[in-house]
Amino acid sequence: MRRFSWVPILVFISLAVWVRPVAAQQPTPSDDEVNAIASQLYCPVCENTPLDVCPTQACHDWRELIRQMLAEGKTTDQIKQYFVDHYGARVLSEPPRTGFNWLVYIVPPLAFLLGVFLLYRAFRTWKLVAAESAGDPLHAVAPSHGSAPAAENEYVSRVEEELRKRN
Amino acid sequence: MLAEFGFGVLLLALIVALFSVGAAIYGYFSRSDRWVESARRSLLLTFPLISLTALTLIYELATGHYELQYVYSVTSNEMPFYLKITALWGGQAGSLIFWSWLLSAFASAVAMRKWDRDQEFLPWVVAVTAITLAFFLSLSIFFENPFTRWWQTAGGGMLLSMFPPQGATLLVPPDGQGLNELLRHPGMIIHPPMLYLGFVSFVIPYAFAMAALITGRVDDRWIRITRRWTLWAWLFLSCGLVLGMWWAYDVLGWGGYWGWDSSEVAALLPWLVGTAFLHTVIIQEKRGMFKPLNIILIILTYVMVIVATFLIRSGLLSSVHAFAQSTIGYQFIVFIAIMLVISVGLLIYRWKDLQSEASISTTSLWSREALFLLAALIFGGIFIVCFWGIFFPIISEALTNQRMTVGPPWYKQAVGPLFASLLLLMGLATLSSWTYGTLKTIGRAVWKPVIPTALLPIVLFVAGMRNVLAYIGLTLAAFALFVTLYEFGRGVGARARTHSENLLVAFWRQTARKRRRLGGILVHLSMVMMALAIIGIEMFQTTTQKSLAIGQSIELSGYTIRYDSLAQFPYVDGRIVTRAVLSLYRNGQYLGELHPRYDLFPDGQPMAIPAIRSTLADDVYVVLVDWENLSTAQTPFKVYHNPLVMWLWVGSFVFILGILITAWPEREIEPAAVRVNATVPKLSST
Repeated sequence: MRRFSWVPILVFISLAVWVRPVAAQQPTPSDDEVNAIASQLYCPVCENTPLDVCPTQACHDWRELIRQMLAEGKTTDQIKQYFVDHYGARVLSEPPRTGFNWLVYIVPPLAFLLGVFLLYRAFRTWKLVAAESAGDPLHAVAPSHGSAPAAENEYVSRVEEELRKRN
Repeated sequence: MLAEFGFGVLLLALIVALFSVGAAIYGYFSRSDRWVESARRSLLLTFPLISLTALTLIYELATGHYELQYVYSVTSNEMPFYLKITALWGGQAGSLIFWSWLLSAFASAVAMRKWDRDQEFLPWVVAVTAITLAFFLSLSIFFENPFTRWWQTAGGGMLLSMFPPQGATLLVPPDGQGLNELLRHPGMIIHPPMLYLGFVSFVIPYAFAMAALITGRVDDRWIRITRRWTLWAWLFLSCGLVLGMWWAYDVLGWGGYWGWDSSEVAALLPWLVGTAFLHTVIIQEKRGMFKPLNIILIILTYVMVIVATFLIRSGLLSSVHAFAQSTIGYQFIVFIAIMLVISVGLLIYRWKDLQSEASISTTSLWSREALFLLAALIFGGIFIVCFWGIFFPIISEALTNQRMTVGPPWYKQAVGPLFASLLLLMGLATLSSWTYGTLKTIGRAVWKPVIPTALLPIVLFVAGMRNVLAYIGLTLAAFALFVTLYEFGRGVGARARTHSENLLVAFWRQTARKRRRLGGILVHLSMVMMALAIIGIEMFQTTTQKSLAIGQSIELSGYTIRYDSLAQFPYVDGRIVTRAVLSLYRNGQYLGELHPRYDLFPDGQPMAIPAIRSTLADDVYVVLVDWENLSTAQTPFKVYHNPLVMWLWVGSFVFILGILITAWPEREIEPAAVRVNATVPKLSST
């Protein structure tokens, strides 16, 4: 008898393991819970229509599928992954951060920083040109990339000072 | 017969436009005023010609000539008269005619101006506008002909052709397909004309810029001539965008006005570079700086106008495959490439001349021009984000055969900080001064508006707000608001002192005299209002969805919405309307009825029209959803609570007013204001 005393325990444990998903089943998930996930997904067949607002019958069925998966205890990520596996990454509202898709995240900041750099450099150049032409009216048009002589800067700043005082 | 007439006149318009290009260029190089005048008159002639074509098409649309494929595809017997007319821009072929029509109108207006002192620009302004016009006309004639008709061949087959094929007879369908129901909304009816007006009016400043580059007269003249054109273009384009938002909010039932859809973003592209241009132009006007930048920006604006039209019209936004089937996609690419190469070539050719007139002074990094430049850079940044957001999915599909969605989360994290920094810059630039503004001078001016600004987060915290991003956004908006008011008040005060007027008189005279400045202030105030609306909906929108039986209610953000009844009935145009009646309460107080509708059209297209109750504080937005389940026993409603959205529309009106005040032709000339200038140097800025 003692040899079999572990059997009920094993049965109990396996029952517990088996029963758990059933126990996790809630009363039908609400529309809000479904929408919370559907709003993060795009209709797989329409053009640029979020799944939570798409009026087609197909999307209605997909929303019901989400409800069913929620009832089965699936997490948001699992449900999203299911849609990606079946319909491709286009159902996500932004491209996954993998491989080629990194470009979508990297290019704009790089381009913007490049813009900042170019504009800053251009601004410095313009300033230098301006400073030089102020110092030498005869050569007011010649752009130069070298730095302006200190004397000229001094002269310019004195003129500026005078102008400011007048104001 | 009418179709042949319309097509013939269209062909004539193209020949005239091409002649105009040739005559203008020949006239310039042979120094013959008579040829240039001939070119100018030909350009003027295109307007009546294209008007005739457009009116012919409108007549065909209004009288239901369904043998025309275009008429068949966008109108039907049951459509009201006004919709049949506006169907001119309801489809591809008609839109292109409409584009050409507007462009010829603007080209004529510009050709009729007094050219006395700017005679040398004339041939090139004519040539550039006429080239653009000829491109669009040739698209209509060779690829998207609105006068193409249905024919029945002797063998019983159907085919489309402009001219009767051998042995074929004209096929006249009894009814057309009709305009897409979603587009039958006032917002959507005025949206395309406004957008197109904005698009075509940006062609004019571009034409002047090209004329300046070619003739070598790269001083400020082209900018002074086109300032008003640019403002009008900006106004039209902005109106077009706002009308599109109103339509989306009112018709789509998505609970918002902007979904970062590619076609929305495409229309935003020219607006963004155009806005940057508008700011850098002021620097050149005031200080004679950044000339190449202005040329670059206007070239980019023009190219984006064509790109936006191309994106919306070529099917590229749907998929690469739709693009491959498009009849006009490649033509657009070739045209864009040619114009870009010529423009950039000219820019490089004149680069040295553009550098030459730098202003004689040292310019601080905190001066107003530097801050304007920074603002332009940020607009450029938003432009890059939008451009990439549109083109990445296309590139991805072309290279990896996998289409990606670049949706709201991506755009929001990218442009959110940029828009926020624009609010900050708006305040700082107003406080700074031309050339000499330094951190110190800004600091001296900034503390007064900062005091009320600093109170705001405290008030909000006490009121219970705990959203960090909203704190940042609202504080920046408040800063921009107080700075604008403070600067205006300072101007009025200064005027009252120097002219010994009382404050009211000074206020009135200040607003009447400094119109351009007043316009600027209104535009900035409108930006604050729109920022408020955006913060409201982005950070405080709440939503819930629930199926109700009659008598049950939904609670959301302090509102109670009770479901009273549901009715279903057919409407004259064949759609089945399902209409719910709901009662709206707040804290037990009855506020009124809401009637969300669900329309099912005979062709199977559903349309959920929201019921919206708007106040300055918030909107309650109710949609009937999941139509296949509709029944009185269980009716699903989706409710959105959208705080502050109304400010978007209010802001739009203030914005339009501001631009109108600025762009309206000036009559009186400011009397010598030496005294004012001597006391308050910042008065004459912006």
